[in-house]
Amino acid sequence: MSKVHVTTTVNGDAVEFLADPRETLLDCLRDHVGLTGTKEGCGTGDCGACSVEMEGVLVCSCLVLGVEANGKRVDTIEGMSDGHDLHPLQRKFIEHAALQCGFCTPGFLVAAKALLARSPDPTEEEVRYWLAGNLCRCTGYDKIVRAVMDAAAEMRQEAA
Amino acid sequence: MKPADFRYARPATLDEALTLMAGEGEIAALAGGQSLMPMMNFRIAQPEVLVDLNAVADLAGVTEMDGTVRIGAMTRYSDLARHDVLARLPLVARALPHVAHPSIRNRGTLGGSLALADPAAELPAVALALGAKVHLASTHGTRSVAADDFFQGLYETDRAEDELVTAIDLPAATAQETYGFHEVARRHGDYAMAGVALTRRDDGLRIAFFSVSDRPVRAKAAETVLRDDPTKLDLAIEALDEIDFTGDLNGGPDMKRHLAGVVLRRAWAEVLA
Repeated sequence: MSKVHVTTTVNGDAVEFLADPRETLLDCLRDHVGLTGTKEGCGTGDCGACSVEMEGVLVCSCLVLGVEANGKRVDTIEGMSDGHDLHPLQRKFIEHAALQCGFCTPGFLVAAKALLARSPDPTEEEVRYWLAGNLCRCTGYDKIVRAVMDAAAEMRQEAA
Repeated sequence: MKPADFRYARPATLDEALTLMAGEGEIAALAGGQSLMPMMNFRIAQPEVLVDLNAVADLAGVTEMDGTVRIGAMTRYSDLARHDVLARLPLVARALPHVAHPSIRNRGTLGGSLALADPAAELPAVALALGAKVHLASTHGTRSVAADDFFQGLYETDRAEDELVTAIDLPAATAQETYGFHEVARRHGDYAMAGVALTRRDDGLRIAFFSVSDRPVRAKAAETVLRDDPTKLDLAIEALDEIDFTGDLNGGPDMKRHLAGVVLRRAWAEVLA
């Protein structure tokens, strides 16, 4: 199978790679771009561990082909902090101990960031429904939801 | 990487796409990919050619004319959810939040859902309840099929192998129209264990179940009962025996039969409210 030349912007950087059309965006991010923060959980769109934003829209990178990202902007967990300054969501996840093994965490953070971008003051119910596409098998969801609510409050205060 | 080898094609126009669909071998159209990609990853689907429709601009977009809303096949759930036209499609608005999760709705398309015809999917049943019309195109020309005739079995539709679903027509709601929708699922966003969508208009009542049989199904006997007397819900639920209930991973036909009554009772309460 001949490879396809893909040109994208990942976390603001212009990135080019050659993709086998069978490779998912997740495969390409991990194996060609070297960004392994995005995880593969189920590979079927059930767990949300592979969440990234494409053109500012939350997607499961395991259900998008790498070649579909041609000409598109992709944002991953690696672009979330500002250098060593963690994003408020990242800090609040640590403060609330909203992670144990950490495998689901990048997906939760990317998904939560997408939520707060469209809804800066979400209700707890809204957070729970939004994050229903992300599975965590060790922490449980309470601490995660609390961390997101707390980060949202801090971000609103900063914005004010 | 998991899928079997395929040739990837990314047409820019509908004509190019249709020419590709008319080619040799097993051909699959890639719309949102939220069902096809997992099926390819599991190698349940092993197309030799994958026709990616994401660059075909003619297939997206929503237009409205004379009380009919035409939705392009590549319109994504989340685009539809944000669209002004949803005010005229209250049943669609009611059903959309039940379709999977935000990330899936951001990619999944209306045309893809109809063409796949998953018996547990919400939108095919909504299309059936609304009396939708499905538009198809191939290199031989175009045609349209009523939703009543489109769904023919488990993942089977009236679409020929070389055809693409191009758009779907839905009637805009009238002031008199009432509607109901209910599904039961183990978790929000999961496929329903059973669900129902229904509309009541001047010209009749349409009740369409999903996730109870091998395809979305009308309950015509129950429609007749409730049209003649809206208080005869128990009789309507008895009349659901007309449906050929089939089990799935969630449970057998008896459980589906029971849940169909439950969801109809709850959705009918919405209609009468």
